[in-house]
Amino acid sequence: MVRLEKRAEPSRAWSMATPVVAVLATMIAGGLLFAALGKDPVEAIRTIFWEPLFGEFSFYYRPQLVVKGAPLVLIAIGLSLGFKAGIWNIGAEGQYIIGALTGAGVGLAFYPMESVVIFPLMVLAGALGGWAWAMIPAVLKTRFGTNEILVSLMLVYVAEQLLASMSLGLLKNPEGYGFPGSRNLQQYASAHNGDLIAGSGLHWGAAAALIAVIFAYVLLNRHMTGFHIRLTGDAPRAARFAGVSPTRLVLFCMGVSGALAGLAGLFEVSGPAGVVSIDFNVGYGFTAIIVAFLGRLHPVGILLAGALMALTYIGGDIAQSNLGLPSAAIQVFQGMLLFFLLAFDVLTNFRIRLGASEVA
Amino acid sequence: MKITALLASAAMALGLASAAVADDKTKVGFVYVGPVGDGGWTYEHDQGRLAVEEAFGDKVETVYVESVAEGPDSERVMTQMALEGADLIFTTSFGYMDPTINVAKKFPNVKFEHATGYKRADNVSTYSARFYEGRAVQGTIAGHMTKSNVIGYIGSFPIPEVIRGINAAYIHAKKVNPDVEFKIVWAFTWFDPAKEADAAKVLIEQGADVILQHTDSTAPQAAAQAAGNVVTFGQASDMAEYGPFPRVSSIIDNWAPYYIARTKAVMDGTWTSVDTWDGIAPGMVGIGEISDAVPAEVKAEALALKEAIASGEYHPFTGPLKKQDGSDWLAAGAVADDGTLAGMNFFVEGLTGDIPQ
Amino acid sequence: MDLSAINPVQLIAFLMVAATPVLLAAIGELVVEKSGVLNLGVEGMMITGAIAGFAATVESGSPAVGFVAAAFAGALLSCLFVVLTQFALANQVASGLALTLFGLGLSALMGQTYVGVKPPATGKVDIPVLSDLPVVGPILFNHDLMVYFGIALVAATWAVLKYTRAGLILRAVGENHDAAHALGYKVVRIRILAILFGGACAGLGGAYISLIRVPQWTEGMTAGVGWIALALVVFASWKPWRALLGAYLFGGVTVVQLNLQAAGVAIPVEYLAMSPYLITIVVLVILSADKSSAPAALGRIFHASR
Repeated sequence: MVRLEKRAEPSRAWSMATPVVAVLATMIAGGLLFAALGKDPVEAIRTIFWEPLFGEFSFYYRPQLVVKGAPLVLIAIGLSLGFKAGIWNIGAEGQYIIGALTGAGVGLAFYPMESVVIFPLMVLAGALGGWAWAMIPAVLKTRFGTNEILVSLMLVYVAEQLLASMSLGLLKNPEGYGFPGSRNLQQYASAHNGDLIAGSGLHWGAAAALIAVIFAYVLLNRHMTGFHIRLTGDAPRAARFAGVSPTRLVLFCMGVSGALAGLAGLFEVSGPAGVVSIDFNVGYGFTAIIVAFLGRLHPVGILLAGALMALTYIGGDIAQSNLGLPSAAIQVFQGMLLFFLLAFDVLTNFRIRLGASEVA
Repeated sequence: MKITALLASAAMALGLASAAVADDKTKVGFVYVGPVGDGGWTYEHDQGRLAVEEAFGDKVETVYVESVAEGPDSERVMTQMALEGADLIFTTSFGYMDPTINVAKKFPNVKFEHATGYKRADNVSTYSARFYEGRAVQGTIAGHMTKSNVIGYIGSFPIPEVIRGINAAYIHAKKVNPDVEFKIVWAFTWFDPAKEADAAKVLIEQGADVILQHTDSTAPQAAAQAAGNVVTFGQASDMAEYGPFPRVSSIIDNWAPYYIARTKAVMDGTWTSVDTWDGIAPGMVGIGEISDAVPAEVKAEALALKEAIASGEYHPFTGPLKKQDGSDWLAAGAVADDGTLAGMNFFVEGLTGDIPQ
Repeated sequence: MDLSAINPVQLIAFLMVAATPVLLAAIGELVVEKSGVLNLGVEGMMITGAIAGFAATVESGSPAVGFVAAAFAGALLSCLFVVLTQFALANQVASGLALTLFGLGLSALMGQTYVGVKPPATGKVDIPVLSDLPVVGPILFNHDLMVYFGIALVAATWAVLKYTRAGLILRAVGENHDAAHALGYKVVRIRILAILFGGACAGLGGAYISLIRVPQWTEGMTAGVGWIALALVVFASWKPWRALLGAYLFGGVTVVQLNLQAAGVAIPVEYLAMSPYLITIVVLVILSADKSSAPAALGRIFHASR
């Protein structure tokens, strides 16, 4: 019988090695899948993992990794704080939308005035918008004990309807011949979140993501609030005895995650996306949940996980175009990668023992 | 070196290289907003792609990426296709407009074709279909077929494309049946078959015996079939599996002739930037077989209208027409200009309800 | 505006059909969560059930075969979740999300040749005299078999959880797995069975959409129903009958908003479209007075140290 035995200490070696093992296992399983679909497996795997990083056109894809990964990391960092404390904000997608709406709304209100204060005001509005949207489930939870998973999820759908309404109404481009969608903020200098270094993909959102990683690291390791978060997650009763206020913790964690998601939305709408449109949101808020867990809720881990997810998206699109793989195959492949990453993590905390034992 | 310059030079180099290699092989890229398996909008574009392959065989190589989100993802996919040596790229969703223009600037030697937009450049054409011509034919049949005089209309989002369709259908239904009334339900989604089914059932319950849909799933067809006495029309694809009743006819998106012609133009070196808005005549809008469930004289009338539109002798938006608020729109005999039609955001007189803003 | 056009009897009969997919999935997930496991992969299992049921029905010509295949496919997919969470002891939230991603991709791959195919119709149970009764006829006696199956499943789940020894053990495992283990119950084995049941139910719910409610196959056609099912379980405070109520309420609000639109009520449509979600939140706040809470071990990883 195979049996798991808990390690006294998580294995450092395995925690480094499992992601590598998982990626290798995914390559094998994914290769089999691609072969079954009649494609060259080696070529497909190479296209997904190698092409964006070191291929012929990597000068273009590398910055795109930053563009794709930055919002994921920014949102996931915020979520991880709450997740650590057992506070489940599933509605980052909605907070992302609202942040984009409020931020873009402020920017568009000033159009066509040019001023250096506009962009900072938009950033502030975006963060506030996301924060406020996250405060709804937070306050309902602290006041009435309502489940925050559910309320935050429901508010995603509400935000999507608001987004549609705004793109068709209030924020519609008056010079857009009646078509839905706002003005393009890329063409409005004061509101444009462009590359800080041309062609690098490093826009303010990427900078914010890096700052968030450092901020979260310091908070969790050096700060009392971080200690409270970890304590509440590990031992809620002990936390209460230690004087942690659950109400304040909920408000803090939901607020931070909402504000960061709102920021991500603002940076996206004012930079890479440019316009508020019906289909502005593309699921970053949900993918970020996966990123947070893949990164083991650790700030540096989240950074790496965000980069890995971005890589599979970009490599996946290249494989679709160059090899004719359907997008469904890429989705299955991503699913496999997540499965293996999650499954092999068991080796970090447990030892596998062979021998007779009862099954629990 | 600036990235744009870098990209441009890379593109130039590729352009030169592919000019040498690809004399015999033209590479055509397609960017899709939904999955090929959506059975509607994207499915029909992909049929167009397959037709291009069929028509040119070895001379052409097609590539596509499906389910590409509008925004930065689409920009990346287009750039990637251009880098990989595509000569012609079709971008098949309205939301790809600004990304298409952005990428086209970086790759002056690659030709772009953007569906349903209004921004053009030297290497960016736009194309769209005059689906409202089909709606006029549909409205004529619907006006005759309804016994309850209530026609249900399922809209996706209140955008000009959909509003134009509602107006065209209403004007022609009203022409043959002055008592007709339209009930309009906005689904506020592009794609949710279950919601479309709900919307159809609600309309049927409220007395509609003809359902027109501007959404792509067959859910309303099935709802109508279950109800037994309700007429429907196929949308995007023929939906012939629901004929001869409830589906009595259809509007088919047929992109193949256009895609073949544009690919040919690139091969011949005759491609220029144009604004194409084709209707029934060139075959971009297909009217599916009108089934025998439609009385012969109604069928004849519908086909006559189709012919009149195709020959250019009749325009579906011909005055006198008033707007919903009673203000004059078109004087007797005047026809709507394309600019007004493209951005249409008002109902014509007689329709009830407001357009959500 | 013409509110008289809305027929309340039809409306109720109709929302029962509209609510069935979400109800089936929610009941399955309720049992899973009662055993202390949180499986967020409902959407993935539903869509897999939708295509498996569709394909089996088209190939065999029998909707019954289709529904069995759908339940089987849903359960099979949930096996992946079992391996991850029960053997590899992975985080359940992340595993569930991964399962959804995988299921969406897998179903699209499986369904490539079924786009645009029309499935054989599923018959209604037409009880001769009863279905012609006014009011109660259309509401109670004129549905397809799966609508009744869904309600029966609610009743059965309620009875099993409340009155049987199996239900007691399941709840014990969900409340405190260490204590249950100490008492000699096979925690992992019970949870695996619960997860498989949840997968089968989700598969049935998906097949209901692709075979009866729509009926057709298109990629991603469940369009978020799985998430609503998850929400319903919490909404129902893990009580089967309340899940039924919730499903009807949610389906009802959606149907009513479409009805109001068709009747030309002058409320902005986008706010009507939001209303099901907003009303759910309001009801949640009202229901939160009920302090019966989640299974205590929900989402916690169980490892028997001995």
